[in-house]
Amino acid sequence: MENSTFIESCYQNIEKYEGIINSFITLRDKKEVLAELASLRSSTSPLVGLPYVMKDAYVSKGLQTTAASNVLKGFIPPYDATVLSKLKKAGAILLGKMNMDAWGHGASTENTDFGVTHNPWDPSRVAGGSSGGPAAALACGFARFAIGEDTGGSIRNPSAWNNTTGLKVTYGRVSRYGAIAYASSFDTVGPMARTAKDCALILREIAGVDPLDATSASEPVPDYVKLLDRDLSSLTIGLPAETYGEGLNLEINNAIQTAVKQFQKLGFKTRKVSLPISELALAAYYLIAPSETSSNLARYDGIRYSQTRDLFTTETMRRIMTGTYALSSGYYDAYYRKAQKVRTLLIEKYEEALSDCDVLLMPVNPGMPPKLGQLLNDPVENMLADIYTTSVNQVGVPSLALPAGFSKSGLPIGMQLVGKKFSEDLLLALGHQYQEVTDWHTRTPNL
Amino acid sequence: MNYQLICGAEIHVELRTQSKMFCGCKNDPFNAKRPNTYTCPVCLGLPGALPVPNKKALDDCLLIGLALNCQIASVSKFDRKHYFYPDLPKGYQISQYDEPFCVKGYIDTSFGRVGITRVHMEEDTAKLHHATVDGKKVSLINFNRSGVPLVEIVTEPDIHSPEQAKECLKAIRDLIRSLGVSDCDMEKGSMRLEANISLSPDGSLPNYKVEVKNINSFRYFSNALTSETKRQTEILSSGKVPVQETRGYRSSTNSTVSQRSKEEAADYRYFPEPDIPPFHISSAWLAQIRARLPELPTQKISALLSLGVSASAAKIIVRNSAMYDFLSQITALSKDLVPQVAKDLVNKRLDFSSTTPGKYLKALSVKKSSLISSEAELTSLLEEIIAGNPSVVADYRKGKINALGYFVGALMKQTSGKADPKVATALLTRLLQE
Repeated sequence: MENSTFIESCYQNIEKYEGIINSFITLRDKKEVLAELASLRSSTSPLVGLPYVMKDAYVSKGLQTTAASNVLKGFIPPYDATVLSKLKKAGAILLGKMNMDAWGHGASTENTDFGVTHNPWDPSRVAGGSSGGPAAALACGFARFAIGEDTGGSIRNPSAWNNTTGLKVTYGRVSRYGAIAYASSFDTVGPMARTAKDCALILREIAGVDPLDATSASEPVPDYVKLLDRDLSSLTIGLPAETYGEGLNLEINNAIQTAVKQFQKLGFKTRKVSLPISELALAAYYLIAPSETSSNLARYDGIRYSQTRDLFTTETMRRIMTGTYALSSGYYDAYYRKAQKVRTLLIEKYEEALSDCDVLLMPVNPGMPPKLGQLLNDPVENMLADIYTTSVNQVGVPSLALPAGFSKSGLPIGMQLVGKKFSEDLLLALGHQYQEVTDWHTRTPNL
Repeated sequence: MNYQLICGAEIHVELRTQSKMFCGCKNDPFNAKRPNTYTCPVCLGLPGALPVPNKKALDDCLLIGLALNCQIASVSKFDRKHYFYPDLPKGYQISQYDEPFCVKGYIDTSFGRVGITRVHMEEDTAKLHHATVDGKKVSLINFNRSGVPLVEIVTEPDIHSPEQAKECLKAIRDLIRSLGVSDCDMEKGSMRLEANISLSPDGSLPNYKVEVKNINSFRYFSNALTSETKRQTEILSSGKVPVQETRGYRSSTNSTVSQRSKEEAADYRYFPEPDIPPFHISSAWLAQIRARLPELPTQKISALLSLGVSASAAKIIVRNSAMYDFLSQITALSKDLVPQVAKDLVNKRLDFSSTTPGKYLKALSVKKSSLISSEAELTSLLEEIIAGNPSVVADYRKGKINALGYFVGALMKQTSGKADPKVATALLTRLLQE
């Protein structure tokens, strides 16, 4: 399909469904977008002319950037995030900035000042979060791909609940410069799309060391696309027993067991491994992430962005309070420092589990997308939604979330492949080879 | 009751690197033509911006640590120090908390050694300007200084007198200037001082301390010590303990004024800066910096002393780099004449810029070769002078040693400066005792 025709079809879908879904915070004007497309020089980049959307957590020069918070409403950044400049250079076309839980605080895109994003598979349910806007937009055909941001599951959770594919990269794989910080030591910039193959195409463009981000890694960037079809037959997939126990929705468990059989059919070995961490991981995450966010949000002091701090949402205020408490003198050792010790322990546990296999196959979410308002009224359940995802961020390893089937009621189910640091090539190849023999990822919602 | 002064100093020094601490902006806030020109997303603290440490600044900080005889950490990191203030755009300052680059150093003063607790790296803040614009009182923020590399030096509470404070602080300033890493200009604010002051009845560390800020000269520092000693002595003498607080020095009244008490003290909520990975300071890195270490003022002074230069002259010469360079060249040509040239430099204000070390030495030795050193000749001249000045002789016998100078001066006048001063002085002493 011609790129201009494709972009036209995106805008048609937006016109039809955005009223139900509410995935955009800022939608660019179609004429302006098509003019940008027409002005592109011919390029060898496979992304040239492809329309994409971006979580509103990245600064974009001249285009409003809010992080879904009224505190930043109307803020027009004077510079581009590195991921945005790289995509501009590759010729990809940005259609707009997407809804999310403000500052990344949540797993439902309900903690936003720009209206809840609805799940395209059942608009009475949440789209997940915090990158709910981008995931819902992909499910609705509003764009070819999206850039999300994952701090505790923010790419994987909505990918699983929208039947899309999303990659949480190794910490340091993609520059964070220009990504509005939630929890700096966990934040990662990653691709979201319909397929693992698209994720590979995007990652090849956006990965790599950045002189503007001291935590970006100098690790060479392989050709993820070329590596998609390589022979992986000697590979062993580990199934962490603890993640399939109590607390996991039965339908999700069944869908993943079916996927396990599919992987075995493809010739991969599978084996049970142990990863005894989940409760610890969640506790540590909800100390370290709020601590860092209490610090990162200190710059919104009402002096330069004209809006005052009382405009933060309840969830954001809760996290600022928790983090401020954990860092206060007299409490630091009991909370922040102890949480860092847990983090070290998590790294060891993952190393042990990944010494018995090459990748781990785990659920993304413990349950189906909740009804609107359910998580908002229950902060603890809101935290539990992250139980299988936060440890991955604390350890810094990559994880690919991809479709694994549907519930009886027609809601999408996701799973995640977790690998060693900088094994994105392996995860993407495994995901791609799985998607070649399954069709879950091709299904679209009936809106 | 007599109390001993217990004082530790905190010294902030702006490094004069080309660029700022965590971004590529120009580091020259004092000479910027307009406010807010040397700025970028990083030093403005914009959403999404990230700090990348300036390697040259880290090097300079380590160099200062080495020069102050510090132990250098093998692992170090940055931390965030949180407080809200309009000149601090991120709501936190990137500083170092529990793992500074340099610890446990010292600097010697003639009153005793002053320990250096730590030397660490941080960033400077923006600057507030309170002005009236269109008839409205406003506070303006200039970010040209935001993110300028700042080194903080903290001393142990080893300073026990205003004189020692002055000597110690001057020595630190001279040392940093000799490293070429900062102007240490207190008027421009590239060197800033704070004092922690308490009094002790027995020399042990008291259980309170008063922090004094806003000190922008060595004289004000020593004045602050004097005025605090008086204030705290009065409080202690009445059986009370001074309040632990932050006070500001007012030069207009030469006194300190309370600014903030302990109850209002900030909890900075330090935690490791997640945007900057920790540093592993390898021996190779340290060796590179050690190679940059020039001869330090104290080393220069002791070298001059060993050549026979007087202590007072050595101090003056070492502080003046042009003078010191001239004398170094003399040292290379003739070690014997170094004390003489040092004296000429300091006492005769020798204009060393209009001559060369070689020429000057030649002139000196010509003068020396035509000296009258015959004892007989000088004795007769001196006897004549002594006989003609009975009142000066009387002064000398009363103990006025200065009288010696009078006689030598008179002798020099008579011989047009050709009398050998050493021989003449020895003869004079003998003659006057007779």
